[in-house]
Amino acid sequence: MISTLGTVTLTTALVIALYAAAASVLGARTGRPALVASAENGVLTVFALVALAVALMEWALVGGDYSIAFVANNSSRATPLIYKITGLWGALEGSILLWLFMLGLFSVGVVLTYRRDPRPTTRALLPYATAVLMAVVSFFLLVTVVPANPFAPVPGGVVPPDGRGLNPLLQNPGMAGHPPMLYLGFTGFTVPFAFAMAALVTGRLDRDWIVATRKWTVAAWWCLSAGILLGGWWAYHVLGWGGIWAWDPVENASFLPWLTGTAFLHSVMIQERRGMLKVWNIVLIILTFTLTLFGTFLTRSGILASVHAFTTSDIGYYFLAAVAVTLVGALWLLAARGERLRSEATLDSMVSRESVFLMNNVFLVGSCFSVFLGTVFPLIAEALRGVKISVGAPFFNSVNVPIGVGLVVLMGVGPLIAWRRASLEQLRRHFLWPAVTGVVTAAVLFALGVRGGWALASFASAVFVAVVVGAEFVRVARARAVSAGEPFVKALAEVARRNRRRYGGLVVHLGIVCIVIGITASFGFQKSREVALARGEAVDFEGYRIEYTGLVHEQEPHRLVIGARLDVSRDGRSLGTYVPAKNFYEGRQEPTTTVAVRERPSHDLYLILGDVAPDGSHVTVRVLLNPLVMWIWFGGVILTLGTVLAVLPDRKPAHAVAPAALGRLGAVARGRPE
Amino acid sequence: MRGRRVKLLVGGVVILAALGYLVYGGMQSAVVYFVTPTELRAQGADAVGKALRLGGMVEAGSLTWDARTLALSFRLTDGTTTVPVVHTGTPPDLFAEGQGAVVEGRVTEDGTFQAQTIMAKHSEEYMPPRSGEMPAFQKGRYRPEPGTAQAAPPAPSDASGVAY
Repeated sequence: MISTLGTVTLTTALVIALYAAAASVLGARTGRPALVASAENGVLTVFALVALAVALMEWALVGGDYSIAFVANNSSRATPLIYKITGLWGALEGSILLWLFMLGLFSVGVVLTYRRDPRPTTRALLPYATAVLMAVVSFFLLVTVVPANPFAPVPGGVVPPDGRGLNPLLQNPGMAGHPPMLYLGFTGFTVPFAFAMAALVTGRLDRDWIVATRKWTVAAWWCLSAGILLGGWWAYHVLGWGGIWAWDPVENASFLPWLTGTAFLHSVMIQERRGMLKVWNIVLIILTFTLTLFGTFLTRSGILASVHAFTTSDIGYYFLAAVAVTLVGALWLLAARGERLRSEATLDSMVSRESVFLMNNVFLVGSCFSVFLGTVFPLIAEALRGVKISVGAPFFNSVNVPIGVGLVVLMGVGPLIAWRRASLEQLRRHFLWPAVTGVVTAAVLFALGVRGGWALASFASAVFVAVVVGAEFVRVARARAVSAGEPFVKALAEVARRNRRRYGGLVVHLGIVCIVIGITASFGFQKSREVALARGEAVDFEGYRIEYTGLVHEQEPHRLVIGARLDVSRDGRSLGTYVPAKNFYEGRQEPTTTVAVRERPSHDLYLILGDVAPDGSHVTVRVLLNPLVMWIWFGGVILTLGTVLAVLPDRKPAHAVAPAALGRLGAVARGRPE
Repeated sequence: MRGRRVKLLVGGVVILAALGYLVYGGMQSAVVYFVTPTELRAQGADAVGKALRLGGMVEAGSLTWDARTLALSFRLTDGTTTVPVVHTGTPPDLFAEGQGAVVEGRVTEDGTFQAQTIMAKHSEEYMPPRSGEMPAFQKGRYRPEPGTAQAAPPAPSDASGVAY
């Protein structure tokens, strides 16, 4: 019943989405606003239908309709309610449905925001942007209708009495938030892509399409960043191998569009300000959008082995075809418009904000290229030379660490260096002391015994950026405090409020600095040891004393939990009992791991349960000391605050002159009193 | 104007060259070849000291593990050739004799493979619980018996993991 209803809903949505895409273009070409308006209503209808499909699927998941294969595979009676709900993105078909929902959300957002917009450029761009959005929606709907129908009935028609339950690794709060966030990021970049294509088609290639999509881009970027961070959080707390990032192909697939998206976010500022890099910006957004599709191809086609254990399916080919069509179509359009994309200015000096942004772009795209190469190189090697190879973390680190350090330095320089041409005097004023502080920090760390050239460079550059940004906030706030006679804190808030975009961006940079420090410390200075402990035996590790006191068994409805009680103390002072565990789910071969982590700003004590003797007489435990991991999560919070500051709608000043009064003033000024 | 162009060009070339060097150097040092026991033996002394991935089946009767010292040793076989592997640490959950495994590490002079990491090969296939089947733990062993699991028919379709 739900199965049929769901399939019909998705098929109807596909038909309407195709109509909306066609009607939008036709209406704009032939100048029929009614047709365009009907296409816009089509967008709303498509979203309503997709939302209905999501509701139907949730109904089936929560209600336990095991006649649907997806439900039978990803839910069960014993699955806790929250994970019945999140079961929607527990596997491929439902994930595509969620993706569609997000894409629909953005499409509706775009239509509702701009349909009454009187500006001629927006009016000209919107129909084509709508058409592109609906074309992308149609593609995903096609995927759900043909190769990956979430409502497909169980094969053979024999309805199982109970489902198999959600993949245990996904039964975790981090997994509840990570995929939706990531999808919001991926789909969000469809909006600037759609407007870029609209700009190409209409030939309105000045800064308007960028201004129109600026906040959408920032929002998408934030969602993608948060999604990646939540993924790291999940890996750290659930996968239980002690780190947050392993350069796995699936992780890389989410990182690639983040890199080009970040480059885009920065380079559009040059186009806005100086009318340069027009072609480059369009190329970047095409790349970003294509990479979101490519990631799905990579992880879903089964061509790459990944720890994420995906099943192979035909949909890889659909995505590969979509990537090809997008690239060929968009680049052909770009080539056809080449003459209109001439730069309005040239680079004046190598020492200028433009040039710093350019370098930022080269670094980000270079990093993207290296990650891409490392990810697909095993495929190329096998195809060309017939050898099986793997490219491990050392490759990605050796390339991306130097690039990363370079990017951090630029993050401090970019926001303060002058446009066009910076003088030596300006450079000295803004950067001398922060640079000195950075170098001194590195020297102090070295004296304290911290080794590793890149790690020291990373810490130094992070401190450099923090001081530059901090000094900038103090400088502008103090200037305002003096001129407006306000207390310092109020002045700081006022300054930030008046130029949200700039100061929001600077706060985001502080968040990134925090994350960089956390990553450098936790990757470079992790300590680990694996020990066997008999009951009552203790081990000393980095100042901690860890004693194994016995096993804990807990039979939960859907799983059996076996944990080792570890009493942790430091200098004779008890720090409590930690219980790393293994969870045995019914019907699953491999148990999942629950790590026990003592999280503190200075370092985490991370405990993983290894082997357990059947009688509990002894266990093996891996103990890790991960420095500054909390800084990564804290950096994520700062990054979020900065983004919110940057995208919040500008509030009207409290004492603003009423628009009517402004109109009168204008009339007076033009010498035509009423 | 021309001078600036040249400077820009030089700057660009320098950056690209540095990037290329990073990528090339990284590739040289970080590519790990995947070999079977027979391929490994064929390489002979050439393979000594190189980072490699070795895949095969854990030979029956070859597995020893000391839970106190964490010393693990076993032999990987591809049916024709057998390679002794040593490792220090706890074997992964699905690691067992007669199961596939991939190890990453280096070969020493005496032909022993020193593994840094051990990956048990497994499928996340669904095994429907058979009537009366107890959780692995209650059968007196924490790691479920692979033999019993394999006997069960696989489910019609499998889809684990999320997109990304």
